[in-house]
Amino acid sequence: MMSSVLESSIADCHPANAPDYTPVAQLRELQLKRLQAVVARAWQQVELFCSRMDERGLAPQDIRSLEDISKLPFTEKSDLRDTYPFGLFASPMKDVVRLHVSSGTTGKPIVVAYTKEDVDVWTSVMVRCLAGCGLHQGDIVQVAYGYGLFTGGLGAHYGAEALGATVVPTSGGNADRQIMLMKDFGVTAICCTPTYFLHLIDRAAELGVEMKELPLRAGIFGAEPWTDSMRRHIESMSSIEAFDIYGLSEIIGPGVGCECRHHQGLHIFEDHFYPEIVDPATGTPLPDGSEGELVLTTLSKQAMPMVRYRTRDITRILPGRCECGRTLRRIDRIGRRSDDMLIIRGVNIFPSQVEAALLEIEGTLPHYQIVLTREQGLDEMEVQVEVTPQMFTDKIGALQGLHDRLQGSLDHVLGIRVRVALVEANTIERSQGKARRVIDRRTS
Amino acid sequence: MKIHQISLFVENKPGHIAAPARLLAQEGIDIRALYLADTQQYGILRMIVSDWEKAAQTLETHGFVVKVTEVLAVLVIDRPGGLADVLGALDGSGINIEYMYAFSDVRGDQAILIFRFADPDAAIARLQTAGINLLASEELLKK
Repeated sequence: MMSSVLESSIADCHPANAPDYTPVAQLRELQLKRLQAVVARAWQQVELFCSRMDERGLAPQDIRSLEDISKLPFTEKSDLRDTYPFGLFASPMKDVVRLHVSSGTTGKPIVVAYTKEDVDVWTSVMVRCLAGCGLHQGDIVQVAYGYGLFTGGLGAHYGAEALGATVVPTSGGNADRQIMLMKDFGVTAICCTPTYFLHLIDRAAELGVEMKELPLRAGIFGAEPWTDSMRRHIESMSSIEAFDIYGLSEIIGPGVGCECRHHQGLHIFEDHFYPEIVDPATGTPLPDGSEGELVLTTLSKQAMPMVRYRTRDITRILPGRCECGRTLRRIDRIGRRSDDMLIIRGVNIFPSQVEAALLEIEGTLPHYQIVLTREQGLDEMEVQVEVTPQMFTDKIGALQGLHDRLQGSLDHVLGIRVRVALVEANTIERSQGKARRVIDRRTS
Repeated sequence: MKIHQISLFVENKPGHIAAPARLLAQEGIDIRALYLADTQQYGILRMIVSDWEKAAQTLETHGFVVKVTEVLAVLVIDRPGGLADVLGALDGSGINIEYMYAFSDVRGDQAILIFRFADPDAAIARLQTAGINLLASEELLKK
């Protein structure tokens, strides 16, 4: 068995890692050069962007420094919907080699496009993510993100393959087969949503497979926000090292940023994706260290450049350098989104708070769903929690005790009274491996 | 002397007991005794079945959360005072009954009491000393 020090030095020596250590001044110079090029490209090729620049009396040559980025108009998710399908493309279709589609929760989906160069950049950032997590040639990587229109599966797949690892493209679903292959192939790392990995842990226990005894040593989890307490739970149940990876289809897919082995925030691959933090209400840029909405600009994207894209993800840029030595700036783990805030009887509530409250109770897995209803003009919130084998006892009193502890924890964290309902296992709807956390049945 | 009982978590909604019952029927598993402990919101369905291992496995494969617990089955004469005699044997022993339920036996004048004790071994010793008739699994499942 290779020592973990040796393993991580092998990974750190991967040639693709070099850009992670570019001296800061040189990185800023590169960013400015790329920003100017991407603005010029979008201005020439994308009608919507050009007209918004005109409205502001701006031309590409007005971008003389990185600070000038704040003069540029924002791009919103609604812009992608309104111009569906190809309105924001900056390349002719003959140069587009791939289309991905992100399912919108309402109305039309959004489409994102990649040229050959874009796919190569995507692959290169995924390689840097995986190498930063200590993976290398010789690792067997199970990619259990959905393959298809969703960017997760193919993004992780290309990266792991380019790294030189062995890829097992299981895609999502069929937990029993996932566990069987993981065991039979001696899989050493898995890429999936944290929710799905929790499901695999549960299922492995039911099948009598001891997850802790498998060679699996790393999990690269993303596509939905998850908490540090969830990380502790995952690591204690499976003895893996769990990494948070960040990305979104509008920017490229997974691989915008990722934790390194120091787990002190997620490094943004800022030679390709320029991060800003703005006040979500006013759009005013905020200094590093302040919490706000993450805004990203793609610096090298050809087919679909995104200038100042409003991610709706709330985080902050962490000040200072990471102990790993990378010069790339880091963001805090994303716990919430500016658009998933719920207002219940005038109180602001984030689903992440509900999860934190549930995880405080021993043995509770965060398979939960929030159901909002309106009864006689009043908002009601019910938190449905699946009863797992770990929680289940055949004594009513003990289940009532569990119910009361969950209730107490939620009351304490949220500051308002909500209903708690224990529900049967595997009854909460899951899609693409992502749990649907909030069902809003309020009709306004 | 210990009997394997399987328990299921079920929501208190129409049709929620039908699904596990159907699964057991398909597997040819006979339900020997059944008891539903319920609250307004949910219930715990406790069953003693002809093949508990197969039943637990079938239900788990279909996504049910199943708990297997060990209970004791006591055979009493179905007459006034039958239950009181058994409980009397436990008096002063400090042995705690977690829950119990009873059903009449098809064999006629006998009733079967199912007990879950916090400490089943202590209960077995105490009941046997008092001459109480504990049923083994095969006897309970015999028709």
